[in-house]
Amino acid sequence: MLVLAFEAFSFFEEVSIVDFFTDSQWTPLFSDKHFGIAPLLVGTLLTSGIALVVALPFGLLIAIYLTEFASPRLRSILKPMLEILAGIPTVVFGYFALVFVTPILQMLIPSLEPFNALSPGLVMGLMILPMVASLSEDALYTVPRSLRDAAYALGATRLQMVFSVLVPAAMGGVTASFILAMSRAIGETMIVAIAAGQQPVLTGNPLSPVETMTAFIVQVSLGDTPHGTLEYKTIFAVAAALFLMTLFLNNISLRIRERFERAYV
Amino acid sequence: MTTHAIPCQVVTAVQRRRQLHEKLFELLALCSVAAALFVLLALLASVFAQGLTRIDWQFLTGFPSRFANKAGVFAALVGSLYLMLLTAIIAIPCGVGAAIYLEEYARKTRLTRLIELNIANLAGVPSIIYGMLGLQVFVRVAGFDRSLIAGALTLALLILPVIIISAREALRSVPVSIRDASLALGATRWQTIRDHVLPMAMPSIMTGCILGLSRAIGETAPLITMGALTYVAFVPDSIFSPFTVLPIQTYNWLSRPQEAFHENAAAAIVLLLGLLLLMNAAAIFLRQYFEARYRR
Repeated sequence: MLVLAFEAFSFFEEVSIVDFFTDSQWTPLFSDKHFGIAPLLVGTLLTSGIALVVALPFGLLIAIYLTEFASPRLRSILKPMLEILAGIPTVVFGYFALVFVTPILQMLIPSLEPFNALSPGLVMGLMILPMVASLSEDALYTVPRSLRDAAYALGATRLQMVFSVLVPAAMGGVTASFILAMSRAIGETMIVAIAAGQQPVLTGNPLSPVETMTAFIVQVSLGDTPHGTLEYKTIFAVAAALFLMTLFLNNISLRIRERFERAYV
Repeated sequence: MTTHAIPCQVVTAVQRRRQLHEKLFELLALCSVAAALFVLLALLASVFAQGLTRIDWQFLTGFPSRFANKAGVFAALVGSLYLMLLTAIIAIPCGVGAAIYLEEYARKTRLTRLIELNIANLAGVPSIIYGMLGLQVFVRVAGFDRSLIAGALTLALLILPVIIISAREALRSVPVSIRDASLALGATRWQTIRDHVLPMAMPSIMTGCILGLSRAIGETAPLITMGALTYVAFVPDSIFSPFTVLPIQTYNWLSRPQEAFHENAAAAIVLLLGLLLLMNAAAIFLRQYFEARYRR
């Protein structure tokens, strides 16, 4: 952590921190240098946003299904399969996004460019899906049996019980899992480095190429950037920003989870 | 006292509607599970369809090449295996040691609470940040350059939280009565841990370690930022020699525009998934072996 702080600090000695946050261009590798992190930040938020739109509803739905509806036998088949999905290396997901998902999407949306934010976003959603599902499932299990029984005793159907008792009661744990998923998506590297392109453009259009913070770090690391140069320092500044974001999210998630567990244990 | 009788038909109509809603919801949920699994299947199918035919002896023993059909993965395959071995040697003793200390020796003080919080936090740090750390600490400051040992140390750091957390859970699941019995018979604390607690916790610890290692074998980002090479035409001969691994080779081939290289990438992925499968099989085998031996 000290390493990050030190290198990021020496970066800000040369580039003003105001420019870093307000400049809308990110061109540290060109001769006309601009150091505005906004394009990278927007790229990151765009891909993670798409991922969350996929992963959150489906993850929660799968969690509800596994805890309340699926028979034990079906559960014992489905859970390991979701674990397989969770164990696949991210570079494989990157391959999948570039070679399989993008061509299919291009058939549906002809204006889609070969590198875009949509396809890696969707695949990233698939990647974090098992995490959301299994953490939400844990949260749903924590809700005491008595609450369920009380709802049934009042004549609620299973569906009414789930949405008026179970999910509100487990909301803390479910939110914690959502936030953790967000932090995972922001820090995810290989999928976006492979399939999102490497053009730091300030855009909210998911059909055009973007570059995320993590993809930028990869791009610079692949080129032989000499130690001590400004380019070398930029990746530490970006990494520091990334680290702070994920640390912040993880801590919130941890807090919410602790409070949630204390409420029931 | 009067009772308001609800007409029979109304009840059944409401009931029927509710039942329909429930069925619809169940169907929706089942569809979403099926969709996720279908995509998983599509993923595997697309990889195997493209990659399986590409794997032959020449691909396995060849070195990278400018020509897609002459390129091979030997350097990456060997690099991956060496790296895993080194990472395991570094991470497992450290992780299990830390878990034993935290679980068996450390008192619950502010400091241990802080350490616990830190470990939980470290587990959530994006892997690319570990790569930056490795680049600065191991490659530059320690002067290991872009060598196997620097890569292994970086990955070991990355998987330490996973190993510590799972090993602690394993140790916690050993009943206190076992410890008490051993201590009552005059065994020292270390004897108790070595002869009773560790053997009982072994299956779960092993599983945790292999889970950590299978995360490490698929990691690409930290090794790229750390500076592992993408073009390596030799097998690493010492822990200080440069290296490449399967995921990096895959990424390298993927980032080329030619279709033929994508086929190579698919083939490398098939090998990578094969290695992962092997490791998981090993985990199951070790688990059963230790369980049969100690839990009669």
